[in-house]
Amino acid sequence: MTCAEPLNDTGRLLSGAAPGLAAHRARYGPAPVLGGPGELVALVTAAGLRGRGGSGFPTARKIAAVAAASRRPVVVVNACESEPASAKDATLLRHAPRLVLDGALVAARALGADTVVLCVHRGTPLVGWLRAEVAARTGDGVAWQVAEVPRRYVASEASALTRFLTTGEARPAAKPPRPERRGVRRRPTLVDNAETLAHLALIARYGPGWYRSVGTAGDPGTTLVTVGGAVARPGVYEIALGTPVGAVLARAGGPTAELSATLVGGYAGTWVTDPGTPLTHDPAGRYGATVGAGVLVALPAAACGIAETARILGYLADESAGQCGPCAFGLPAVADDLARLAAGRPDPDLHDRLVRRVGVIAGRGACAHPTGAVRLAGSVRHAFAADVRAHLSGRPCRPHPPVLPLPAPHERDRTWQ
Amino acid sequence: MAVTAPHLAVDPIACQAHGLCAELLPGVVTLDEWGYPILPAGPVPPALRAAARRAVNACPVLALRLATD
Repeated sequence: MTCAEPLNDTGRLLSGAAPGLAAHRARYGPAPVLGGPGELVALVTAAGLRGRGGSGFPTARKIAAVAAASRRPVVVVNACESEPASAKDATLLRHAPRLVLDGALVAARALGADTVVLCVHRGTPLVGWLRAEVAARTGDGVAWQVAEVPRRYVASEASALTRFLTTGEARPAAKPPRPERRGVRRRPTLVDNAETLAHLALIARYGPGWYRSVGTAGDPGTTLVTVGGAVARPGVYEIALGTPVGAVLARAGGPTAELSATLVGGYAGTWVTDPGTPLTHDPAGRYGATVGAGVLVALPAAACGIAETARILGYLADESAGQCGPCAFGLPAVADDLARLAAGRPDPDLHDRLVRRVGVIAGRGACAHPTGAVRLAGSVRHAFAADVRAHLSGRPCRPHPPVLPLPAPHERDRTWQ
Repeated sequence: MAVTAPHLAVDPIACQAHGLCAELLPGVVTLDEWGYPILPAGPVPPALRAAARRAVNACPVLALRLATD
């Protein structure tokens, strides 16, 4: 499944598979020690590192916000990987766990944090693996913890994680205050995706100039992507940011069927029909696709993008924390509209109602879950315009096995504790 | 110190769709089909500030506020 790349400009993370801590140290040396929060912020600002969990938020701004708070901070490594189509964080933690831990340690030391919490989904093999890994690390000067988070889509949102680590309830919290100001046990908390911290470990060693030598000016470096669907070699790949969608599909062996579109970003992402669309955290192409959490799923033309999206919206509605009205009521309504459309059973108001609902829900949740879900729903109109027209005229789609993966029922928790 | 003009903000978790904000600020706050408020972007015009403050004070669950962040 996984492609280990030779060491080159686009194999920074996945080329570094070292068999043990001693070999890792021999290759990279000890984790660098920075002078303090100011040096860390300056370094990460110069590198232009952006978060790999999906939003692409500038990491330096988050770090600066944590550093500006007065209490002793906590560092949280987010390796939950709630995106059902993503495998990049698990792959990274198997290939190069010490890069992730070194990145967290660099940040923790510079910020004066005494605790680093590694968050993974409950019951995954990573739990035991990471426990053994942190037990082998002595003399780091921080307390390493491994926390098992409920396997739910929004339970790994930053404020849900800090709420879980404080109260045991893994549902997103209202902002302000953001976790950077008041997170775990009311302490300022840096929540970063595991991959983000692995990049930070390399930036601390090799410098911002090295980091910027690939990627784009606004979004430098490499990133991990999980490529699935109708491609010859599905798996996790490391690409330069800015690489076009078509080139990434080619890395994965190329399409195995005629494609109608590619889902880009994740289940909060966008359907993309132009293979020339560059993958960065800045919206690109006609419909503003971003690389998000690095998911690409190639959809064969024989499948129906609307039926696929309806199925995913049903999942996303089911995964709502049920706290905010526009999400709790809006997502099931949008999922129902899409299912009626896919079935070719529209009522006269369906099209306008769907457009209205998609337009009114974005930005109105405590977290970005409803915004992401309607982004995916809304992108159907552009990517599958001909299918939308056919379904509106009463034609159902041809049956096709599901393409977009969803977790099996036994891989999903129903609890938030 | 510069004072930023306040805008309306809602805590979407606290909001229970009582809808008083839309009644007290007609044409400013509208409700979606499920009864939850849709707030205007940008600062509240000076002429509406007093009404906005009344709406904030009337919210039964204290979800509505005038924010300057």
